[in-house]
Amino acid sequence: MIQYLAPIAFLGLAIGVQSQVGSDPVIHVLVQIPALAAAGYTLPVTARMPQIAVAPALILALVTGIIWMLPRSIDAALIDPFWSIAKFITLPLFLGLPLALAWGQMGPILKGFLKAQSISMLLFLAFLYTHSPVRLCNSYLEEDQIRLGLGFAYVALGLIVVWIAPVFVGTSETHEKDGKHGFS
Amino acid sequence: MRQLIITTVAALLGCTTLWRATDGFRAITAEGARRVQISANPEPVPSVVLETMDGSWQSLNNPDSPVLLEFIYTTCPTICQTSGGDFAELRDFLLQYNLQVPMFSVSFDPETDTLENMQDYAKWHTATGMPWTVGRPLPQDLEPLLDLFRIIVIPDGWGGYQHNVAVLLINRDGAFSGAFDTRDYNAIRAALEKEL
Repeated sequence: MIQYLAPIAFLGLAIGVQSQVGSDPVIHVLVQIPALAAAGYTLPVTARMPQIAVAPALILALVTGIIWMLPRSIDAALIDPFWSIAKFITLPLFLGLPLALAWGQMGPILKGFLKAQSISMLLFLAFLYTHSPVRLCNSYLEEDQIRLGLGFAYVALGLIVVWIAPVFVGTSETHEKDGKHGFS
Repeated sequence: MRQLIITTVAALLGCTTLWRATDGFRAITAEGARRVQISANPEPVPSVVLETMDGSWQSLNNPDSPVLLEFIYTTCPTICQTSGGDFAELRDFLLQYNLQVPMFSVSFDPETDTLENMQDYAKWHTATGMPWTVGRPLPQDLEPLLDLFRIIVIPDGWGGYQHNVAVLLINRDGAFSGAFDTRDYNAIRAALEKEL
């Protein structure tokens, strides 16, 4: 039972903030959407994914992620119940879960590439939302759009600290131990 | 080999999904999507009358001519004033090409926008009533109009509103058939010339 704690907690958080997503894009995009993805990511599925399914699972997760990065999807989730329900289904099951299953079987280079790509995409979104001359979401105020842009920047900075900084501080031992990553 | 085929199929499916989700990579915002969709599928505009700034009532549809409109509120300190200025420039631009079509600035705040407020707004932006006038719908017509033209108005917390701004086109068949950036004068001209 205990292994269901995390997904239920994330799902509970996503449902709990639902009343605020209409007025605050930061809660919508930086709290609810990551919480839904995390609910799927933390589902206790122990089955090992066959190697042949890893790439399709990753593509499914990426496509789902890209669609939920589009401002029009965010707007649609606020005014169209179909999109709102789709958000609660697709983010856990088509993004979080396949990513978790594929992640364990990806090589370190692909993982590193995805991490670096996520950070640069977040910084791009930060720039877009803080500098756009027009409102990107019809449902949110312009000030809130800028707040969301800054939020993307803070998340990117946080990920740089967590993901990139350790690369520069003493992880070379894992390479020495693991001879197959050598160039010789 | 099997892995390559499966991955390629998944990638193609992924691209197709993204293609469809963005109307062929043309629209990433709701506003962009609306513009793409409405030009492909015009929507009939119900017969609605506006009380214009001189107190007369005019129909939004005009069987003889396409009609341009935009939504504003006269007490708006920012974007409607800019778009009012753009609308004046658009009128002058179109007149150079002998395109004289009815133009309406439609208030979505008909309670505050009294005849006097509308006249002030018109005077400020040089709307003389012909071809461009300022008007307000009956309160009961407002919601259906905003729905049809997909205008989303949200209070800004300071007594004003924020809303999506576009120049909207009603074609000669009385259907909403185009939405444009307020300064995209050439595209608006091209759309009108196609109608006339």
